Amino acid sequence: MMAVASEQPASGVDLREPGGWRRTKNQIATVGMWIAFAVMLVPLGFVLVTVIAKGASAISWQFLTNSTIPVNVLPVTYGGVGPAVIGTLEITGFAALIAIPLGVLGGVYINEYGGNHVLARVINFMADVMTGVPSIIMGLFIFTIWVLHFGYSGLAGSFALACLMLPIVIRSTYEMLRLVPDSLREASYALGATKARVTVTVVLPAAIGGIVSGALLAVARAAGETAPLIFTIFVTQTLNSNLFSGANTALSTLIFQNATQPYTGAQDRAWGSALTLIAIAFILMIAARLVTARFSRYSQ
Amino acid sequence: MEQQEQQEQKVTAKLQVPETTATPAVAPATAGSEVFETKNVSIYYGSFRAVTDVSLAIYENQITAFIGPSGCGKTTVLRTLNRMNDLIPSARVEGDVHYRGASLYSKSVSPTAVRRRIGMVFQKPNPFPKSIYENVAYGPRINGIRGKSRLDEIVERSLRQAALWDEVKDRMGKSGLGLSGGQAQRLCIARTLAVEPDVVLMDEPCSALDPIATGRIEDLMQEIKSRYTIVIVTHNMQQATRVSDRTAFFSVLRDERPGASDTRTGVLVEYGATQQIFEDPHDSRTQAYVTGRMG
Repeated sequence: MMAVASEQPASGVDLREPGGWRRTKNQIATVGMWIAFAVMLVPLGFVLVTVIAKGASAISWQFLTNSTIPVNVLPVTYGGVGPAVIGTLEITGFAALIAIPLGVLGGVYINEYGGNHVLARVINFMADVMTGVPSIIMGLFIFTIWVLHFGYSGLAGSFALACLMLPIVIRSTYEMLRLVPDSLREASYALGATKARVTVTVVLPAAIGGIVSGALLAVARAAGETAPLIFTIFVTQTLNSNLFSGANTALSTLIFQNATQPYTGAQDRAWGSALTLIAIAFILMIAARLVTARFSRYSQ
Repeated sequence: MEQQEQQEQKVTAKLQVPETTATPAVAPATAGSEVFETKNVSIYYGSFRAVTDVSLAIYENQITAFIGPSGCGKTTVLRTLNRMNDLIPSARVEGDVHYRGASLYSKSVSPTAVRRRIGMVFQKPNPFPKSIYENVAYGPRINGIRGKSRLDEIVERSLRQAALWDEVKDRMGKSGLGLSGGQAQRLCIARTLAVEPDVVLMDEPCSALDPIATGRIEDLMQEIKSRYTIVIVTHNMQQATRVSDRTAFFSVLRDERPGASDTRTGVLVEYGATQQIFEDPHDSRTQAYVTGRMG
């Protein structure tokens, strides 16, 4: 103690950060993080700026709502992509309707009911594996078991997207439920609640914010998928609002078909559709934030 | 297999405590009727025997304190009284636990029904991430009570009993997680009282609280004891002397043989009126503990 005191400057106590290697490491790490942040912003910024710059001029009320997609050679001022907007909303919406309830129930089963049971471990493992399956495989799968028998339809596309979303929803639900402290479950049990009661009134509400976020993330991802739809909804230029029969179309497949064309009209339509798709995803994310904030207003 | 059994028997024999544990000094029945009676209760987690041969009786409208060093199984015994140990898959209870004459662990008994009568307050305050009102109304709701006026009445009564009403009556809609530690624990007590239990089990309810908050909870226990039977686990011996009518002292028994692994187990050393336990302990281990020479 005495030795340390005598080394300090006469003016008083030295409270500066210790010098040497420790300070240098801190500086290196700080600079490294800023560089990483800047590098990460480059692709993100480029994508957004490019899509907005090239797509904004195509966007108009007519573009979004006109019910006929014109032939490729026509400029973007003709017709619109209404069928694809409706198709994307319908197909993704129905996929969400299938995958979210199933996925949440699956996550609840694994974490709350399964315990160490073989079935729970198998589902958990399969969900893990399915998360990594390329989306085109899901498309081929639905093509084989559904489209070959019942033909192309928006419904087949929904099935393919639901297959894609299901493992994501299961995993995110499971991870969120795991974060709910056991002390909350115990508090509920100690008041005489049954297991189902505990799950519905305490565990799910405590995790709802994360579950909703995870589910909407899955929806946003599915909305942008192209490969599984190409095999399942085929293609159409006119509005088909019947989800359950006939070929359909979606923004993602429209982008795929138009972007590869040599005609400027088709390319402009692809950019406009890309911007529309990003806007839909953006609106979904805002909705997710609002819902999450609403549900978790008591959990600080 | 047989050899293993013999081995286990040997361990058991070694762990058997002399006279005192076999016939614990059950306090004379000057008090009201027996609420709990345990006979030779042993509790296992998997193959590990956490508590061995606990026999004691807990009386109506009294505060019974469980004291003892860490790992002696006080909390385990407490959680056996409302079947909270059922939630741990590997936990197993041997022996008889009677609650008002009924065997708690018989097949036809529903743990849910048990816990509706026997509430519990935990070591760490654990309010739900809901509003203060909903925290208290939760128990009555799951027990089928509907109707706003009825619930309002229960919530106010419970919060008054828990001495929290005046502090929260103007912010019933705020989150229960926004309360201070002491307030949150009183909210948890109010939540437990709201279902009008017969018994309140408290697992070190003040260990996370400062002395002032602790004092308020101790006062509150004295106020509600005329209507409830309370069992409290505490590490704080002063607290046991301040609040309890009876005290049970638990200790850890170790297998001292060289190479023996994890054969420690909790035992009930002595049980009696609190004054007797602290002023005139019959067992030398109790004396060592209460005078601060051990644990």
